Amino acid sequence: MENPYLPYPVRIDDIEVATEDKSLKTFTFVFVNPADEEKFAYKAGQFAELSIPGVGEIPIGIASSPVEKGFVKFTVFRTGVVTTHLHNMKKGDLMGIRGPLGNWYPWDKLENKNVVIIGGGFAFTTLRSSIVYMLDPANRKKFKNIDVVYGARSPGMLLYREELFDWEKRDDINMHITVDGTDDPDWKYHTGFVPQVVEDNAPVADEDTYAIVCGPPIMIKFTQPALTKLGYQPHQIIMSLENRMKCGIGMCGRCNIGKELVCKDGPVFTLEEINQTPKEY
Amino acid sequence: MNFITIDKKDWAPGIDKSRKTFRVYGPVEDENGCQIKPLAPDTAPKMDAPVTVMSAKSVLFPQTEKILTATLDESKQDHHVMTPVETDDMPRVVLGIRPYDAKAVQLVKLNFDNPDYQDPYWCAAYEATTFVGLGVTHPGPCDFSTAVGCGPFSEEGLDVLMADMDDKYLAKILTKKGENWVAACGFDTEADPKESQVLFDVLRKEAEKQIQTDLATDKLAGKTILDLYDAPFWDDVAFSCINCGTCTYVCPTCWCFDIQDETRHNTAVRFRNWDTCMSSLFTHHASGHNPRGTKVHRVRQRFMHKLKYFLDKYDQGIMCVGCGRCVASCPVNIDIREVCNRMNDYETTK
Repeated sequence: MENPYLPYPVRIDDIEVATEDKSLKTFTFVFVNPADEEKFAYKAGQFAELSIPGVGEIPIGIASSPVEKGFVKFTVFRTGVVTTHLHNMKKGDLMGIRGPLGNWYPWDKLENKNVVIIGGGFAFTTLRSSIVYMLDPANRKKFKNIDVVYGARSPGMLLYREELFDWEKRDDINMHITVDGTDDPDWKYHTGFVPQVVEDNAPVADEDTYAIVCGPPIMIKFTQPALTKLGYQPHQIIMSLENRMKCGIGMCGRCNIGKELVCKDGPVFTLEEINQTPKEY
Repeated sequence: MNFITIDKKDWAPGIDKSRKTFRVYGPVEDENGCQIKPLAPDTAPKMDAPVTVMSAKSVLFPQTEKILTATLDESKQDHHVMTPVETDDMPRVVLGIRPYDAKAVQLVKLNFDNPDYQDPYWCAAYEATTFVGLGVTHPGPCDFSTAVGCGPFSEEGLDVLMADMDDKYLAKILTKKGENWVAACGFDTEADPKESQVLFDVLRKEAEKQIQTDLATDKLAGKTILDLYDAPFWDDVAFSCINCGTCTYVCPTCWCFDIQDETRHNTAVRFRNWDTCMSSLFTHHASGHNPRGTKVHRVRQRFMHKLKYFLDKYDQGIMCVGCGRCVASCPVNIDIREVCNRMNDYETTK
């Protein structure tokens, strides 16, 4: 019997400070046993438990993309016991990864559709995974227009800045990068909050358009009316939730919203589904 | 061989004989009341015990259980690589388990052994365990098992069901596991199947008659989760609750757990511990946000999980076997029967 609590051993291959306030770091992990990489086959939108023996585990969205091979990447905000410990670890250290866990963005349903990706702050990790996946030469033709609205407090708080600016230059993806405010006179992108940028720039919905929204609760709250104005129906709005988790496999009982378990039935739900559950997230 | 009789003179010697192949659990009286525990050599189970304070769930799901371990000693080759702890899979038998506790194991199984994931610790313990039940001839005042699809002589989840006949037990063997246990004890006095079944039926009816409850669950399935969640009575239900969590610990069907790491010297151990949805930490995010931040949220979660989410998710009735422990143990007299009836009777005015 497979033991779903047993993490794959991994080595920290690289650590990158991801934001100017140093509260986020991106960790690149390599599997100690190469065969484990295959077992860890994942889809964009899934998460994993980062597992530090003697310290604990944290559920984190997978920021690398299924089309990137040889490593997995996670961008982690320093906030609790395990994340603080992780931020103090160094290249070469050994730990574990358990997963992949949960469901993923509905890639089958999104084929031949326009996809609008809306992200805020550090909730951009699985969205990065998704964009890299969709832009892969083998996949790009499966999707129609791709729009991305991504905002952070300031230019230095945007995750994956170099990639964002590379995507900006491409003609097969429409980037709408925004910051709440900046004193940089050379800032050539949007200034303003995500919901407003969505209202002004996101495509009007037809039945072939889906929005994927990931961000802090306040952004989600104000983005919903903007999307509604643009004609998005609840089943066209796809969201990824987070809740406190332990097991990640639907057994320990804490992450439920109604009868749905965020770790196993989610973390990805449509707004239509979320509207049928208590708002306990 | 469906039915056997076991003379009470042979009971203790038979159990002792079975210890070669079985680790034996049963009701024992201690300073905390009556508990299901491993039986020390030469002790017999207290078969006439009243309802045990805790259910038998800890036989398969210990209150605290090591699951993984790793060495942190960097001079060792496999340092920081977690491995499962060795589990003891020796066959074990639980004697004198009450039928509602055995049925509860079947409900808990839906969580720990599902098509997507199997919990290896729970499943191994389940495989290794034989449940020898004792019918409840005198149900207590809090017993409402008949109202929730169980009953004092329910056979679900049992390997052997026994009935106390004064100087002997009449035992109905229900599974292969049950046969093996009977053989290990050397119990082999066959009883007439027809007559025995008649006796069982009489005892069952007698016992069922003693359970007085007006609990109704028939209308729960027809209501929506959100209607029940938004019902106006939750403040009232939760008013006296002190979130002590007693109801969740004594409950045979509550399976929620926490995972914690501990280190001692260079050894890291990952534990699984019982947890309770009554605790605000249960759902407390690292950010400080808590989706179930008030006791009303938490009390509602417990009843909604047992009486609605579980029902909708598995379509196998409610997540309650009517043992009445939570009713008897609650320090502020919250009664799941009343809450269930309020939910069942609730009609939204929307």
